[in-house]
Amino acid sequence: MEQEGLATTQISLIREHSKTIKPPRALWVPFELGRPLGAPNDPDFQKRVLLAALKLLEAPSGPVLADFPEEAPASTAPAGPLACPISLPLEQADLASPEGLRQAFLQEVTQMGVWHREAEKKRGHTTYGASGLEPLEAARLLAGFLLGELPANPRDDLSLPALVKLASEDIKALYMEAITARPGGLTDSASLTDWFFGQCVAGRVFLQLREVMSQSPDKETRVVGGRLMIPVSQASRRLST
Amino acid sequence: MARLKDLPEALSANLANLPCPEFADTPWVQPLPLAESRLALISTAGLHLRGDAPFNGFSGEYRVIPGDAAAGDLVMSHVSTNFDRSGFQQDLNLVLPLDRLRELVEQKAIGSLASYHYSFMGATDPAPMEQTAREVAGLLKGDGVDTVLLVPV
Repeated sequence: MEQEGLATTQISLIREHSKTIKPPRALWVPFELGRPLGAPNDPDFQKRVLLAALKLLEAPSGPVLADFPEEAPASTAPAGPLACPISLPLEQADLASPEGLRQAFLQEVTQMGVWHREAEKKRGHTTYGASGLEPLEAARLLAGFLLGELPANPRDDLSLPALVKLASEDIKALYMEAITARPGGLTDSASLTDWFFGQCVAGRVFLQLREVMSQSPDKETRVVGGRLMIPVSQASRRLST
Repeated sequence: MARLKDLPEALSANLANLPCPEFADTPWVQPLPLAESRLALISTAGLHLRGDAPFNGFSGEYRVIPGDAAAGDLVMSHVSTNFDRSGFQQDLNLVLPLDRLRELVEQKAIGSLASYHYSFMGATDPAPMEQTAREVAGLLKGDGVDTVLLVPV
């Protein structure tokens, strides 16, 4: 950009990288990955971060690597363990069999969809939809693998594993948008991830998919299932019965 | 929390060992005063319009984000699963602060905003991005932009 004549300033999340690359102007922020402006729904804080990054444009020479002086505002963590907020009688579901797990997952997605529609109404938008599939279609696609079937690919512009990846992120978005819009306004990302992978049938489906897809003869399927569906923070989680 | 020591060990080691390009010197353009500048955002969050093609592969491709885009118009198809998306799902400004920038234009702190902003997908080798970044620079200059804010995810 600068070689092309455009002045730049930037936010940096990994200070070590900026120190090596030496961009002309960088503001390191001590926030978690995925949150470069610090906190959702906190316009004043976001504006302070933005102005600090723009302020670097006044520096007479560089490279400039400045540190933002504030930590991100504390997120709202749950008072106790989160349960999956649906009325599915999980203890009655046969989660040990692939068909039982599939049915429980589809039911959970349907019920979560109700909360998600409420969330969308409240916020006026949703980030669901990169896969182009409706929630139940996305869930059926993921569940197809559980039964050892190779599901049909409803899109002709993406490979099946690439679509599975997008569908998995859409399902996560559906759940996260639903739970964060519920009264209480939970925003702590670690609790949310623990909740999804530890308490929801969907998390169990993802863990099972990792096992199934990792055995695939197709390399892209192995990469998606093995590395692109479960975050490193949850990688040691094992299926319990 | 983006301190390497606070991340899960496997992720922290991966990031610490990530090869970063090094440059002999740092190019430097003297910026216009902010109140006179025309500013564009470039994000590496893998954002795009809902109907646009998802990011697919590591070719250094980019997507255009119209300046009047609203939160509901954009989705994310970044490949990584190791950063928080729950914040973005609640508030687009957390990764693409369009509303905050619009407010700063209203307050006359920034001259104007670009007609188009751009998104790449991080986790891509920087080498194939050079050509597409130069292409975007050409588009930005055509739009009268003089200053760019780069935002990672």
